Amino acid sequence: MEGPLTAQPESGGRLHGSRCADCAVATYPAGPACPRCGGEAEPVELSGTGTLWTWTVQRYAPKSPPYVPPAAGFTPFTVGYVELPEGVRVLAALDIRPEDAEIGMPVTLAAGTGVPRGHRSVV
Amino acid sequence: MSGEEVLVCGAGITSFARTEASGRQLAVQAVRAALADAGLPWSRVRAAYGGSDAAGNADTLVAELGLTGVPFTNVRNGCATGGSALVAATNAIRSGAADVALAVGFDKHPRGAFDPRPADWGLDEAYGHDGLMVTTQFFAMKIQRYMHDHGISARTLAMVAEKAYANGVLTPHAWRRKPLDAAEILASGLVNDPLTRYMFCSPGQGAVTLILCNRAVARELAGTPITLRAAAVRTRRFGSFEVFSPWAPTGTPTSVSADAAQAAFEEAGLGPGDIDVCQLQDTESGAEVMHLAECGFCEHGEQESLIPYGATRIDGSLPVNTDGGCIANGEPIGASGLRQVYEVVQQLRGRAGERQVSDEPSTGFTHVYGAPGVSACTVLTR
Repeated sequence: MEGPLTAQPESGGRLHGSRCADCAVATYPAGPACPRCGGEAEPVELSGTGTLWTWTVQRYAPKSPPYVPPAAGFTPFTVGYVELPEGVRVLAALDIRPEDAEIGMPVTLAAGTGVPRGHRSVV
Repeated sequence: MSGEEVLVCGAGITSFARTEASGRQLAVQAVRAALADAGLPWSRVRAAYGGSDAAGNADTLVAELGLTGVPFTNVRNGCATGGSALVAATNAIRSGAADVALAVGFDKHPRGAFDPRPADWGLDEAYGHDGLMVTTQFFAMKIQRYMHDHGISARTLAMVAEKAYANGVLTPHAWRRKPLDAAEILASGLVNDPLTRYMFCSPGQGAVTLILCNRAVARELAGTPITLRAAAVRTRRFGSFEVFSPWAPTGTPTSVSADAAQAAFEEAGLGPGDIDVCQLQDTESGAEVMHLAECGFCEHGEQESLIPYGATRIDGSLPVNTDGGCIANGEPIGASGLRQVYEVVQQLRGRAGERQVSDEPSTGFTHVYGAPGVSACTVLTR
């Protein structure tokens, strides 16, 4: 639920996906065609809030390249799929501590300079 | 099934332990071992298929094997490389195009996790930069959700790995040959929650070759031919949940493994209940748990009342990964699928040594799964 207390990250903004005009399948990122029926897909702004479908913690530094660790060095981070009302689960880096991660928890998703980022929704 | 009957008349494998040997050298060794096993010379092979993911082109092996002019097709199909080569060799026999055909899979990877390039998978570079192009993350997230939905415990995941290492001890060509118990596996440190270090396989090296022939050739050979009743490869359908996916649709995920297994069983005219010994892709413990159900060997969640009670051990009611699977053998991508078939062939011939399943198993099944949603399955009978 969005409201005055809904914190949006500075780089935030909704994720831009697409939706099939015929079968209503939504995708992220936006694509020109529906992966189910091959029909034409239209751009759609996805909801900013959903629920955590699954998650894990990346506890070792991925190989570089392609991984670019933060300037302060690698620290373990949480990743997961966030289920949005449009019928799409979006892979995101999560600003959620492993001990706080729980399937079904509300998560706010935002577009940034890299992959989508999520954090616990303020409700 | 139409056309010629397809038989496995030769099987060769190298050690899967780390050595200085190149992937190509291993491949040549496996081809020679399989030909010796069949009692056939290289010049008798009428069609060859094979490949690796990271160790070169299979058709260059003719430089060492002999320039006989044999049609040799390179296959590069990720984790299904071996399975796809086997399907091609099967079709060559079935159609009558060849009476002896060969499938070879080999690989050699650097140490540590795979480091795929986003562009090769049609993804934005950000997924690589931000550390989301990591295969182990996917498997962890898939089993995390599966445990939530179907009541699988972390201890069951550890039991899968414990069994793999126990079977590795009995397998001369395995890489990991030291036993590890469930407590040690659980305490080995989280890699990607809920999976710990010793629940994962590691990229490795190895090579496997299978020689296929028709019934007329098999009659002239010594040894026990094993019938390849079915070999099927499938790619993902809409609704599946796969490695390297920026998104997935909601709902219960479809499974390419289920599709490939069903196709193989239909082709063979057999079902999961008919199978005596089984090989399932176990890139980590969770994969074996989920693939048991996806391939039709139990209901979702039923694993929790099978695995902890030893049902999938060599002396259990459905022995799974009798050679220790990927967890004990490592993952040389091009070789793993054929290693599984090699193992079932040895079990059905009664030549699996210390890891032999008792009571003369007569039916076997193999399954591989890989990115970005591909699966290959076989059904074999004695």
